[in-house]
Amino acid sequence: MVTAIDTSPRIADEIVCTTCYMCACRCGIRVHKLEGKIRYIDGNPEHPVNRGVLCAKGSAGIMHHNSPARLTKPLKRVGERGEGKFEAIEWDEALAMAEGWLREVRESDPRKLAFFTGRDQSQALTGFWASQFGTCNYAAHGGFCSVNMAAGGLYTIGGSFWEFGEPDFEHARYFLVFGVAEDHDSNPLKLGMAELKKRGAKIVSVNPIRTGYSAIADEWIGIRPGTDGLFVMSLMHELINAGRIDVDYLRRYSNAPALVIDAPGDADDGLLARDGDGRLLVGVQGKATVAPAGPAVQAALQGRYTLADGRAAVPVFELLARRYSAPEYSPDAVAERCGIPAATIRRIAAELAAAAFDEPCVLERPWTDTDGVRHERMTGRPVAMHAMRGISAHSNGFHTCRAIHLLQVLLGTIDTPGGFRFKTPYPRPIPPGPQPAGRPDQIAPGLPMSGAPLGFPRGPADLIVDEAGRPQRIDKAFSWDAPVSAHGMMHSVIGNAFRGDPYRIDVLFMFMANMAWNSAMNTTETMAMLTAKNPDGSHVIPKIIYADAFSSETVAYADLVLPDTTYLERHDCISLLDRPIGSADAIADAIRQPVETPERDVRPFQDVLIDLGARLGLPAFVDGNGAPRFPGGYADYMVNHERKPGVGSLAGWRGVDGDRHGKGAVNPNQLERYKANGCFFSLPIPEEASYFKHANAAYLKFATEHGLIDEAAPIRLQLYSEPLQRFRLAARGHGAQQPPDEKRKRIETYFDPLPFWYMPFDEAAVDTGTFPLHAVTQRPMFMYHSWGGQNPWLRQILDRNALYLNRRTAAELGIEEGDRVAITSRHGRVEGRAKLMDGVHPSTVWTWNAIGKRRGAWALQGDIPEAREGFLLNSLIDDLLPERDGGYRYANADPVTGQAAWYDLRVRVEKLGADARASEPAPLPRPPGAMHVPDTLSYRARGGA
Amino acid sequence: MTSLPATPSAKRLGLVIDLDTCVGCQACVVHCKEWNTSSGASALSDTEPYGEEPSGAWLNRVHGFELDDSASGGCGSTVHFPRSCLHCENAACVTVCPTGASYKRAEDGIVLVDESKCIGCGLCAWACPYGAREMDQVAKVMKKCTLCVDRIYNENLPVEEREPACVRTCPAKARHFGDLGDPESDVSQLVAERGGVALMPELDYRPTNRYLPPRRPVPTADQKAALEPAPGGFLGWLDRLLADQP
Repeated sequence: MVTAIDTSPRIADEIVCTTCYMCACRCGIRVHKLEGKIRYIDGNPEHPVNRGVLCAKGSAGIMHHNSPARLTKPLKRVGERGEGKFEAIEWDEALAMAEGWLREVRESDPRKLAFFTGRDQSQALTGFWASQFGTCNYAAHGGFCSVNMAAGGLYTIGGSFWEFGEPDFEHARYFLVFGVAEDHDSNPLKLGMAELKKRGAKIVSVNPIRTGYSAIADEWIGIRPGTDGLFVMSLMHELINAGRIDVDYLRRYSNAPALVIDAPGDADDGLLARDGDGRLLVGVQGKATVAPAGPAVQAALQGRYTLADGRAAVPVFELLARRYSAPEYSPDAVAERCGIPAATIRRIAAELAAAAFDEPCVLERPWTDTDGVRHERMTGRPVAMHAMRGISAHSNGFHTCRAIHLLQVLLGTIDTPGGFRFKTPYPRPIPPGPQPAGRPDQIAPGLPMSGAPLGFPRGPADLIVDEAGRPQRIDKAFSWDAPVSAHGMMHSVIGNAFRGDPYRIDVLFMFMANMAWNSAMNTTETMAMLTAKNPDGSHVIPKIIYADAFSSETVAYADLVLPDTTYLERHDCISLLDRPIGSADAIADAIRQPVETPERDVRPFQDVLIDLGARLGLPAFVDGNGAPRFPGGYADYMVNHERKPGVGSLAGWRGVDGDRHGKGAVNPNQLERYKANGCFFSLPIPEEASYFKHANAAYLKFATEHGLIDEAAPIRLQLYSEPLQRFRLAARGHGAQQPPDEKRKRIETYFDPLPFWYMPFDEAAVDTGTFPLHAVTQRPMFMYHSWGGQNPWLRQILDRNALYLNRRTAAELGIEEGDRVAITSRHGRVEGRAKLMDGVHPSTVWTWNAIGKRRGAWALQGDIPEAREGFLLNSLIDDLLPERDGGYRYANADPVTGQAAWYDLRVRVEKLGADARASEPAPLPRPPGAMHVPDTLSYRARGGA
Repeated sequence: MTSLPATPSAKRLGLVIDLDTCVGCQACVVHCKEWNTSSGASALSDTEPYGEEPSGAWLNRVHGFELDDSASGGCGSTVHFPRSCLHCENAACVTVCPTGASYKRAEDGIVLVDESKCIGCGLCAWACPYGAREMDQVAKVMKKCTLCVDRIYNENLPVEEREPACVRTCPAKARHFGDLGDPESDVSQLVAERGGVALMPELDYRPTNRYLPPRRPVPTADQKAALEPAPGGFLGWLDRLLADQP
């Protein structure tokens, strides 16, 4: 008996390509529609990011798009702030209200608007809008995500991991991955690790916890959190002492031979010596003389030289070698602090050296360097590394990240075959431009700022402080507290605004950032700060506007809610001006296009922002007559906005006929070209330009021609960081821009131009006997923050988080599998359920990030496991450090970049009685116009009968 | 009771799953759900999707667990184990079926459920030693992996996309699809090369799918391995090196 089945059913009437937004990785997707419904979403096989694969999050996009937590109307608060009581209003009223609040601020003191966006990908627009509005108080979420990783790389090699660089998976033979990396990036890293496995490359994971990618590593090095820098410096110690470094590479491409002025007390002590034309000076090998660096000069890496003015100078490399070859970085000296046997550190160093130098990776590709020297082939060191969130989220993360890059440079792996590869538009000059704007002289009522609010300081002159050295931004970014906070410090905004330090604001405007829950440090107090009132009954933070697509926990704290669309209902732009999808082999960017039209009364946030810009008369958003310049919203802006002549949001198909790439006139049909090409643009880099990009004449010419960089000058890798030394010199009293006296010592200490290790601040501030354990979070690969936890398919995979402990640690504490436990830090206490495992360092406990939810939020109903069992570590983490430097409380952050130090947390864990139940914030009501929440789901799209 | 094909098919379509590269990301699990909810005679439903105990029918799940401490040298090796129908040659889920709803295709060995005949009695789930069948709590019929029979032969799909959804989407390339009845097929070669195993062969259900065991870690250098200090100290070494260079 044969049952007849249809093995060739119709699967789509229409296939619409766009870009995924179930996380930040920007994979290309194809949305298959059948009889008006989404049949399925798969990875676009042509797309350079994901090459046809799609992760769990991406495949659950249908459920995200159809979530009953979607907002349906603009909302105006009617109850007390935080209660979640709203009235649905029309867009006209909502926009008039927002316009009124914003206009008042702009015409009096534009800084009183704090405009902060979450994990959005339209910072080229939002930052520009803030600048046009005239406020310095703008940033996206990078300050609490991975600015250490971005800044550490951009100030050292002119690129970084993830978005600005990637391991050479095709050729690497040894891969070292540090810390939590599962979320950035997602599919490309998995594709790459599969490639490594196939070729039999060794994968070593350095992580306190053996989950995720660590699970398939050939070797797991369970390290104590916050000590990765020490481990890396110890590897450098071994390599340097053994002479197993790439001396040729160092001399050619890094500032290793550059001479450092040794003149204590002078204003340029510790800066690099230059001749009258600004050329770097080096010592001449075998002679006592100095000369400008260049191909004709054999630069020395050690010694002591006399400059023309009679002062002494020493090569960077000698300073570096002396530091790391010292006994304090020997494996024996660091083993206990790192929690790694000294023999293991020695062995890994030996393996790295063997992989790099015994079997170099040689590609028969001739190329020419920026000195005009032709090389017959490309020779590389097949050792690749990757690091992300786990390294970033410590208060010593910037120096740790720099140390990882130093290790790569010593091995000669940066942009060589088998090593780390820059992704377009990187490498960029070190540090890249521009510098931040927002000093008092750059802000005036009713006027735009003269520059962008975020940028890369080169020294004290670029800080956003007043004449007395006081912070000028609400988050204190670019102040002496965190001079290189290139992504801002979103985690400090609410606390500072509440404390009126440095001043009070009038409007807090946020987009897509769950700051009243899982995106805030100190969640419990943050909620209280958002609702706090002055003695006269007014709110301490007077007005809060929030834009979100879903009824997240933060919606309840807004006075005005602007409902956004889902990612399948909007135009978007993954721009080279922001965070594009460039690869090591191509210039690339992408767009999103609407796949469906919302039936709710919602608008894409970017359209709303452009509309508000026009209503407020921001110069770039109106034409000469004051009419809206981009009446077609974001799609209009993406095509017609030019940042510089010929340079706009999108690089592909520019020029009136669409025949220009990179630079070219506006092409009115540009979006059609993108849509016809799967919503992305990709222009291959010539083969001779594929490696050594920092010094590859063909690449630098190509990059300049296509608008990626301004000039084709070589980019010298900066082992020694002069910008850091400039801050240090200010701390010593040199220069016009001076830190307040009580902050001099901190600047002097942490602006060391060579990486060093120090104990994370919050760890150093507590009694480690009282709080004996480190506590960190890991990222589940199938969730993206609080977005994932509302998804009915994804929450079936994980709807509760436990506290994981090492079995031995648990035994010492008398804790068994399934016990309720209290987790206590110096700042707070939460409760959860214990689970035991072997693959976690005994010093460390951990849980999954952002699983815990507040009852009533996200359309989840009843006694949900996310609230019943789930918990956040956030409330254990203070947003400020304990008092120091004369009573001042710094942000709980990296002293260089302001990166939120989530992973510095120390706790104790105690067993509770079986019936223990933690206190919770009150359940949130559902907003007006809330969608129906079904008891069962039978999602289906099916053609014909 | 239902009969298996009189003669086992020569063609034995199935999956080869590489436990060495599976990172437990759940991509295959969700992509399977997404494809198959619109494939069979009824949706793959979910109960309490936004409530207290969300639960649904899935054709593929991935379980992560730690190996026993002693086996992993004390560092807690984690294995991610994808589980779905193994399309057994000797499929007890078929022979136990009282209505003929469960059947094994003679032409390619795929085990399917004809939902129009399924009475939801659950006997097949009891009979399956691999836990590879799930009762749909809304449709009240049994659901199981179809090897995406509506993809692998689907003439509306480009040839290169005619493979199961889970294989198509796997970012770690840990899943492979092919004819395990043909010793020359790519999947059979892979199994031979990597020592692929059948699950619980002693039970004699003769599963088609194979699992590739985690590879032995790349030989770790002798723990005593260490770099020798450069003779004469590092800076002395450097001096000689640079002196020798042109």
